[in-house]
Amino acid sequence: MIEIKNISKSFKDKQVLFNISGKFEKGRTNLIIGASGTGKSVLLKCLVGLLEPDVGSVLFDGRDFSSANKKLTTEIRREIGMLFQGSALFDSKNVEENVKFPLDILTETPEKEKLEKVNHCLELVGLNKVNQKMPSELSGGMKKRVGIARAIVNDSKYLFCDEPNSGLDPLTAIKIDDLILELTQKLNTTTIVVTHDMNSVVEIGEYIMFLHEGKKLWEGNNKKILKTNIKELNEFVFSNKLMKKIK
Amino acid sequence: MISLLERREKFRTYFSLTINECIKIGYDSLFIVSIVSIFMGAVTTIQTAFNLVGPLIPDYVISLVVRDMTLLELSPTIIAIVFAGKVGSNIAGELGTMRITEQIDALEVMGVNSSSYLVLPKIIASLLMFPILVIISATLAIGGGYLAGVLTDVITGQEYIYGLRYEFNPFNIPFALVKSYVFAFIVASISSFQGYYTSGGALEVGKSSTNAVTNSCIAILIADYVLAQVLL
Repeated sequence: MIEIKNISKSFKDKQVLFNISGKFEKGRTNLIIGASGTGKSVLLKCLVGLLEPDVGSVLFDGRDFSSANKKLTTEIRREIGMLFQGSALFDSKNVEENVKFPLDILTETPEKEKLEKVNHCLELVGLNKVNQKMPSELSGGMKKRVGIARAIVNDSKYLFCDEPNSGLDPLTAIKIDDLILELTQKLNTTTIVVTHDMNSVVEIGEYIMFLHEGKKLWEGNNKKILKTNIKELNEFVFSNKLMKKIK
Repeated sequence: MISLLERREKFRTYFSLTINECIKIGYDSLFIVSIVSIFMGAVTTIQTAFNLVGPLIPDYVISLVVRDMTLLELSPTIIAIVFAGKVGSNIAGELGTMRITEQIDALEVMGVNSSSYLVLPKIIASLLMFPILVIISATLAIGGGYLAGVLTDVITGQEYIYGLRYEFNPFNIPFALVKSYVFAFIVASISSFQGYYTSGGALEVGKSSTNAVTNSCIAILIADYVLAQVLL
């Protein structure tokens, strides 16, 4: 479980996050949603340690990440898998090398076992016969899948996904959502997904935290989100015609 | 700089990365260094001959000038400028692209010290390869001067070799090597810094590459002056 307590973050005079707290349980997909510029990605970066919160703490299964020493920081980071918005695959490495990278760098696993694990993860994300392809030869959806395979290859306890559906067609986006849900349940990870995609909210939002102008305005799940009376949340959820019709 | 030495990965990781960088930085620069050096030596020979024509000045002075200019200035400094243009811009561009496409963030999230993992092998490879490039450059420049001198009848082969040996100061070689180590460090560290701290998009990556080359060239020239003042 990941718990955040009173997280605030500002850049120079601009405060981006205001006193955010919440609990992200293990084995379920936790979503952080909100319009662009509300601080979702900043919160995610605070969670994974790419940014340091001004105030507040982040607890990974009770271990305080914000005030951790270098050893504990490295230890926790090595339990984290992250899918970046642009996949962030290493351009100079092929698919197999990209997925194998965390094992190469963080473990002493024998090469044969590493390759078995890589192939297993690629199979889990529905990719085969792409081991030797370079990232530039892959489609957007395939890159995301490889990114997910890399994120889970080291038996990560915590899976973070930053806008996993951005730039994907609706069909591929749904496949990626299903994959994240399936992996979370199968591998029992604590998964946090940052998104503004309503499909994801409806499909996989087992826990949802809604941010508005850097503040947590609402939390709940995909069943409750369609029935709230909060104006800002309703504006966000029912912003497109299809959702309005559903309402 | 201190962060380069913290939280390092396994030795063999750095070993293979450094070998790869040596190939990229050293071997891949051989062609341009060779071309520049041969012509540099040839032009120095022709221009020295043109400026030193006179009955009182023996022809072997031409190769003596080529030798000293090559060892003291041309090979370490001009090749360092070329090195900054080729390798420095490449380092800054590569690291800048990795930064804006979140590849550096990906390393950090995995618990890898990205500055150490990405920058240290580049600095070590530059320190290993650039002095070798300077030695090759000096050899080729002197050879280029020989060819140009002999083929254009400016100087005979015997005179050229006599001039190369005449009043040779052996200290010029360690001086050139000291310069090459300093310049290699300057180019690799400035370019890595510019690339690693890129923020923004493709435009900023271009700016980082330009800044890497410009700042490296200025730093090389300042260091060149300081080293000449201190060591000669």
